[in-house]
Amino acid sequence: MNKTKKGIPNWVPYTLMVLPGFIWLFMFSIVPMFGVVMAFENYIPTKGWFGSPWVGMKWFNYLWVIPDARRALRNTLIIAISKLILNIVFPLIFALLLNEVRQMKFKKTVQTIVYLPHFVSWVIMGNIIINIFSANGIYNTVRTALGGQQLLVMTIPQTFQAVLIGTDVWKEFGYNSVIYLAALTGISPNLYEAAAIDGANRWKSTLHVTLPGLIPTVVLLCTLSMGNILNAGFDQVFNMYNQLVMQTGDIIDTYVYRVGITNMQFSLATAAGLFKSVVSFIMIVVSYLLAYKFADYSIF
Amino acid sequence: MNMIQSKTFGARLFRVLNLIILAVLAFSCFYPLWYTFCVSLSSKAAAEGGLVTLYPIGVNTDSYGLIMGDDAFWTSFFISVKRVVFGTVWTMIVIIMMAYPLSKTKRQYKPRNILMWILIFCMLFNGGTIPWFITVKNYGLIDTMAALVLSGSVPVFNVILLMNFFRNLPSDLEEAAVVDGAGPWTILWKIVVPCSMPVIATVILFTSVGYWNEYFQGLVLMNKESNYPLQTYIRQITVQIPVGVTLTTEQYQALAAHSNKSLEAAKVFIALIPMLIIYPFLQKYFVTGITLGAVKE
Repeated sequence: MNKTKKGIPNWVPYTLMVLPGFIWLFMFSIVPMFGVVMAFENYIPTKGWFGSPWVGMKWFNYLWVIPDARRALRNTLIIAISKLILNIVFPLIFALLLNEVRQMKFKKTVQTIVYLPHFVSWVIMGNIIINIFSANGIYNTVRTALGGQQLLVMTIPQTFQAVLIGTDVWKEFGYNSVIYLAALTGISPNLYEAAAIDGANRWKSTLHVTLPGLIPTVVLLCTLSMGNILNAGFDQVFNMYNQLVMQTGDIIDTYVYRVGITNMQFSLATAAGLFKSVVSFIMIVVSYLLAYKFADYSIF
Repeated sequence: MNMIQSKTFGARLFRVLNLIILAVLAFSCFYPLWYTFCVSLSSKAAAEGGLVTLYPIGVNTDSYGLIMGDDAFWTSFFISVKRVVFGTVWTMIVIIMMAYPLSKTKRQYKPRNILMWILIFCMLFNGGTIPWFITVKNYGLIDTMAALVLSGSVPVFNVILLMNFFRNLPSDLEEAAVVDGAGPWTILWKIVVPCSMPVIATVILFTSVGYWNEYFQGLVLMNKESNYPLQTYIRQITVQIPVGVTLTTEQYQALAAHSNKSLEAAKVFIALIPMLIIYPFLQKYFVTGITLGAVKE
């Protein structure tokens, strides 16, 4: 079984098969990992990663006192945690409502439409949202028609986080509900029949049959989303923020981009990025271990 | 299900309200795209004046006409098309070849578990944007198509998706082929791949949408704007408030007023079209795709 007809052991073709992929992985995932040494150096491009002077924890100590970096951390946590919770709760409510619909055609149409925004990139969606809320966008057209004052939503720092969270939940709720809808089909019809015989109405059977049936999924999603605690959604923020809302809109990833790519302070930006990578990595490993232990979930 | 209860007034009210809520939600997901389409077909004056609501005002196709003669737009458009084609073909070949040996047990392929741990580690940890940027730059890939195809590295999640699917294929198929004298290469391309078309189709669709929608690599790895893929191009033409420059609300308004909204909307809409075309296929497959990823037997 372990040899082909020509007598070549199977591990030879197997290794040839995985080789291109692992070279690709090595070049673009593993090599950059060595670059994190920049976070502990005063990186000078001409001297390279292993020739630049060592400065230890200097950049990390810096990050704790730079107001911009602290602000980015605070904004990241607020935005990421809000998204995390609402992206679990809102799709759940939507899935439950959709589950009550008996008109199959209506149900299918709604599903087709609400999955769509997920596949639109944040470049495009950001552009569309900015236009909707701009001075001559539909939002202000309706607002002034109803006798209100023009309001430039995208320039108000106080509400910008709410706009980010709201538009993200709106864009993803359809797609995020798929997992719940799949779980709903897994609930045995017998349970509903039993509940009906016991005199439960639809509301009662939702409460006592449907929701308990979904709890394992909710717990699993909560656990697995822990890894996103510092993930406020770079693509969204990067395509929607502007100078006027920096105060509440700047997150770690956009901070890294500005410091590193725009201002070329490579070491400081690498330190901020590494902080995020390490925290996320720890959270993901812990959450996967928890999911494995309590929900018997494993990805491979 | 429950005939008596569902006839009460409360239940009927709930059902009607529920349909209305869902219809409103669906409308909210569809309307922004429709609005963009309407703006793109409206006259410049109507678009700038904020007169467009539910349908185009002063219907004309001037914006689309302008785009037809816009070389920069089409250059970026075809860079994106090329990127999707090269990227999807390359990615699919590589990850199918990766997933097959990994779907074997440790007994059948010794390094399997070690390779798996390396993959998982690369999925969960990354060096961050800056080391990645410097790496790609040092390879000399700035301003090349190779950067747009390769710099995203291996999509590990999709490798795992394929691997899990391959693993659940009935082993009799392979055993029969081995008896007939087929080697691993033949088995992979002649048996495993044809039997896995549903999951492969899912991954193809996700991969191509991913390449089409990607803008960040285009932004930081392409120095010349003539090398921008379409999404990066769209990002640049959007009224971007230059971050780092302080603007007052009035200046912001003035900047926004100088744009050609109708033209911009038309560009955005054209960028959406390829996605809208494959969306029906996507929709058919991605539900299976997601559930396949979640369930392991």
